Amino acid sequence: MTMTGMKKLTRRGNDMIPPLIDRELAHSGRRVTSESRVGDDTPSPLPAHELGQVTVGNVRCVDAYVTTENVNVFYGDNHAIKNVTLEIGRSQVIALIGPSGCGKSTFLRCLNRMNDTIESARVSGSIKLDGRDIYSKELDPVALRARVGMVFQKPNPFPKSIYDNVAYGPRIHGLAADRAELDDIVHRSLDRAGLLKEVKDRLDEPGTGLSGGQQQRLCIARTIAVNPEVILMDEPCSALDPIATARIEDLIDELSHNYAIVIVTHSMQQAARVSQRVAYFHLGYLVEVDETDRIFTNPRHRLTEDYITGRIG
Amino acid sequence: MTKRPAISSRAVVESSLARRYRRERAFRLYGLLATTVGVVFLLIFFSTLIAKGSSAFLQTHIRLDVEYSADIIAPGGTLDAAYADFDAIIRKALSELFPQATDRGARRELQRLVSVGAGYQLRAAIETNPDLLGTRQSVHVPAAANVDMVIKENIDRALPENQRQVSDRQLEWIDQLESDGRIALKFNSALFTNGDSREPELAGIRGALMGSIYMLVVTILLSFPVGAAAAVYLEEFAPRNRWSDLIEVNINNLAAVPSIVFGLLGLAVFINWLALPRSAPLVGGLALSLLTLPVIIIASRAAIKAVPPSIREAALAVGASKMQVVFHHVLPLALPGMLTGAIIGMSRALGESAPLLMIGMVAFIVDVPASFTDPATALPVQIYLWADSPERAFAERTSAAIIVLLGFLLLMNLAAVILRKRVEKQW
Repeated sequence: MTMTGMKKLTRRGNDMIPPLIDRELAHSGRRVTSESRVGDDTPSPLPAHELGQVTVGNVRCVDAYVTTENVNVFYGDNHAIKNVTLEIGRSQVIALIGPSGCGKSTFLRCLNRMNDTIESARVSGSIKLDGRDIYSKELDPVALRARVGMVFQKPNPFPKSIYDNVAYGPRIHGLAADRAELDDIVHRSLDRAGLLKEVKDRLDEPGTGLSGGQQQRLCIARTIAVNPEVILMDEPCSALDPIATARIEDLIDELSHNYAIVIVTHSMQQAARVSQRVAYFHLGYLVEVDETDRIFTNPRHRLTEDYITGRIG
Repeated sequence: MTKRPAISSRAVVESSLARRYRRERAFRLYGLLATTVGVVFLLIFFSTLIAKGSSAFLQTHIRLDVEYSADIIAPGGTLDAAYADFDAIIRKALSELFPQATDRGARRELQRLVSVGAGYQLRAAIETNPDLLGTRQSVHVPAAANVDMVIKENIDRALPENQRQVSDRQLEWIDQLESDGRIALKFNSALFTNGDSREPELAGIRGALMGSIYMLVVTILLSFPVGAAAAVYLEEFAPRNRWSDLIEVNINNLAAVPSIVFGLLGLAVFINWLALPRSAPLVGGLALSLLTLPVIIIASRAAIKAVPPSIREAALAVGASKMQVVFHHVLPLALPGMLTGAIIGMSRALGESAPLLMIGMVAFIVDVPASFTDPATALPVQIYLWADSPERAFAERTSAAIIVLLGFLLLMNLAAVILRKRVEKQW
């Protein structure tokens, strides 16, 4: 969001006496205190929680698998992610929502260190996968990405056959001892991605020849073929029609039994349908995190409420 | 702000339409004109080239009844082909045809009707078939270049004798030979099998063609792998800083450096410092590699840049290392573009003559080079040398050599296009 957007919000904040503060304080178990916040580059007469600089709701969860503490991301001088603390549970779908440019994708790309490929990107804070810091020296990004798979906004199958698309990951990691085992992995992954029935007889045909929805499921099959622990999805359905979207959503639901899934989405309905928890980002701040039902029925922060009711975004 | 009725803006748009379309038509016309001018010049170029050069692919031959007389070529009873006087046989055959030429001057003129290559031809014939000794054969021997020119009507008979390459007497003999049916135009195989020669009818482009091929082999073997590796490194691995910027600027500038400078560099480094042989295709290839490297690097970098980032991300996200991303995904997709760069570079190298001036490849070299270190010339240099020769018959051979050079270029590009099509996957 631009500066004018910021001003608009500030003005609106001034108009109303914030009635939510007490409730916020009551509900947030643990929270980032305003003393520890950084990157407050737009001084404002408003209290920090009004701007979303303090996360409300519950950033913690039971059985946390990925834990981020005070994560900041800079692209050169641009402070893209500001002090985000969030836990992501095992076998759980968490949806990251928020207006464009709020940092949800940036945050997502921290979790598998895809930001490493951008030269100006700098990440601080700690991100732990199963208790181990993923930015520490002993954890190689290549090994990390084998454990944290990613599905992108636009389906991006390799210009290879369907088979080779799925087999690529297992091949480079040496997950299959022989051809039969590789065949098995490919078939199993395609089956779990709900694509096997459609492509069984044409595995040697190019993956790019499939329809958009099929391509995206192929990308999901490619991701789960490496047997990851966490799957990151960056608006996986934004390029798809409603029917293909529904199929992917069903798939996410099924996959959530075995994987921790983090999904970035612009569709509130989708977040409501597939996720158990929702995190709302705004201008690089994590404004609110809570159970999905709670966020959509009873948001605690005004920014969240404005967003889900369609007033900003 | 005054509120304008909707109708007026519609009128404004409609009134401007005619002007817009007029501009568009004018622009198209200019484009068409430019293309036409280009095509016309190309047609003129090709038609004059073919008109001038095509006659060089045929060579006048004279049919002579030669007797492989043992008295002349095997005086001691044994034939020593290296020393035998085959020209004497030709002389004898000619004087049998024209017994009236008796004085010394006339006999010399008569002898000059036939190419000096005729003797070599007889020698080669008897070497492959020794049984010919003592027999009488009817053979076609190449005519001298001047006779060839008369037959092809490139020498004006109307000129006074002292301004003509051919004497009146010779013209008479030629006419007689022609009426006897002893003159025939045959495919000029010497053009493709011989090296350079002072005699136009014996001069061929094989030496220059082989020199060019040897050079291009050296060039492609050096510049493509090095250029591709440099492009991959600069594009995928090198950090972006002042040094890489400096290198990039330098590579771009190198592509525009006059080619003779690369020849000077080749002379200084490869010949004077590394003491490589002068006039050798090896050195020529090295100099041309320097010339083509920037072209290949620039084209390859563009091809690598054109690979969609989504493919890289996809590979990275399943856990491919940087190296695997490059070799499994980026290079296969960039290869067609890189090959295009190589074609452009090679085409430029093939047509280049300036750098070869400096490393001694502009020379009269008769032998066809058989290795990378033999003295050689290249096709463009051969064209330049022939264009410089005073003999009439070299004029058509110059055009013929240009046709061969263009044909070679076309063949090379065709091969590269086929190769590229095979590499380029149709997904």
